[in-house]
Amino acid sequence: MSENVYIIGAGIHPFGRTDGRSGREQGVHAVREALADAGLDWPDIECAYGGSAAAGNADIMVNELGLTSLPFTNVANGCATGGSALAASQQAIASGMYDLALAVGFDKHPRGAFNAKPADYGLPEWYGQTGMMLTTQFFAMKIQRYMQLHGISRTTLGRVAEKAFRNGTLAPHAWRRSPVDLETILNAPMINDPLTKYMFCSPAEGAVALILASEKKMKELGADGVKVRSIAVKTRPPNSFEVFQAGVSIEEGGKPTVLASKAAFERAGVGPEDIGVAQLQDTESGAEIMHMAENGFCKDGDQEEWLANGWSEIGGRLPVNTDGGCLACGEPVGASGLRQVYENVEQLRGRAGERQVAGKNGTGPRFGYSHVYGAPGLSAVAILERE
Amino acid sequence: MGQKIDPDLWSDGSEPQLMGGRLPSGQIVFPMPVGEAAEGVEPYKLSRRGKLWSWTSQGFLPKEPYEGPGSGAGADGNGGPPDFQPFLLGYVELPGEVIVESRITGARLEDLYLGMELEFCIMPFNATHDTFAFRPLTASESKAA
Repeated sequence: MSENVYIIGAGIHPFGRTDGRSGREQGVHAVREALADAGLDWPDIECAYGGSAAAGNADIMVNELGLTSLPFTNVANGCATGGSALAASQQAIASGMYDLALAVGFDKHPRGAFNAKPADYGLPEWYGQTGMMLTTQFFAMKIQRYMQLHGISRTTLGRVAEKAFRNGTLAPHAWRRSPVDLETILNAPMINDPLTKYMFCSPAEGAVALILASEKKMKELGADGVKVRSIAVKTRPPNSFEVFQAGVSIEEGGKPTVLASKAAFERAGVGPEDIGVAQLQDTESGAEIMHMAENGFCKDGDQEEWLANGWSEIGGRLPVNTDGGCLACGEPVGASGLRQVYENVEQLRGRAGERQVAGKNGTGPRFGYSHVYGAPGLSAVAILERE
Repeated sequence: MGQKIDPDLWSDGSEPQLMGGRLPSGQIVFPMPVGEAAEGVEPYKLSRRGKLWSWTSQGFLPKEPYEGPGSGAGADGNGGPPDFQPFLLGYVELPGEVIVESRITGARLEDLYLGMELEFCIMPFNATHDTFAFRPLTASESKAA
């Protein structure tokens, strides 16, 4: 038996580049915005979970927020830092132990592609020395094979990026807020074939904070809450193909995204057809395409038709990455997964302004789906519901 | 020939082979694990021939720890423009064994296709070291195979 959990406050520091403001300061900004949104003060928060990949520990935020003696757990889980912080906050309340919890993620990365140390991933030095330890190469090779096997065209890759930049123009928190046309995207410098410059997201800065509450607390406060219907975090199964692998099994294995998606749908008791808005990890154009299928929203190869017909546009059959996703927002690793949840909270509450997805009865959508994927092969899915 | 980028990465001799490992379960892995992870894993010489499983181009200079041409500050010794050369890489399926990530040499991007026949080779990497790669089998070699 576990308690229902609701997100009653959401705050964001705009993504992109903010010179002169540290990642943690951006985190504090997001926390204050989330508190104001929920109508709470910092001393009301009973426990906190948060972290960053490259901008330091989250628990030091108490210096700015107030020394209230709350338990504040640092989360360091790579791309799933935000997702893991959310899962921990959700469990803290579902267990009945707390009534108000904070999940926060922030980051500030240097410009250019991420660089990784082989030893940190249990890999030999030659793998990095010879130039094979780049996340961008993995994404390029995963989509290259997928395109050959399932008939996805380069134009479709371009359409994903074109949609992202178009949606970004409508999201105040997005980094890239100017549209880029399909020709420009397709003819831009090639980074890793078949992906051009505009098809990759960039490391960035930003922060997101979410305040979670028990049902009892939400009612007591009269807060505007969105129910956390389910959360699933899964690491990779045997024989999967992931980022940073010098060798891959010839047996085709499972995928962490497929596992997390199935688990989240099962726990929620709903299916892909019930989802009204989805935020899918789009580290690059190919990722969004493959993740549409891995999360159960279409069959392999159907994305060609989806993108050509605009079915994943705002106003389409299933709007995907309504704030422009990672492509338009950039990827501050610790905050990125929580941005997706933030966007769904805004959509479900009907507060998404120009990018609002229409649900039935003139309100926002009922179910929102978010999915994050990262090294070394893990996925987190959250399904939210507007009751 | 330069030094090997890693002394244990491939076997010596006129027909070198990449070194993988055979797990107690019989599964072949690459690279050969090291340290405690190597316990119970037998070194295994991998096939010199395989088929292209996927590929990409590397169009920009990788950050550290990359040690190829163009890496490091003032790579040409005069602080001038770096001499980075774009390269190709891919995954090569060694039938019945494992799929290995490797440089692809002796081919152009537009020549590459799924299932293309490739063979193992050693190539110069930087001023001091060699690395491994796969290259297309020539028509005559394909027939001889």
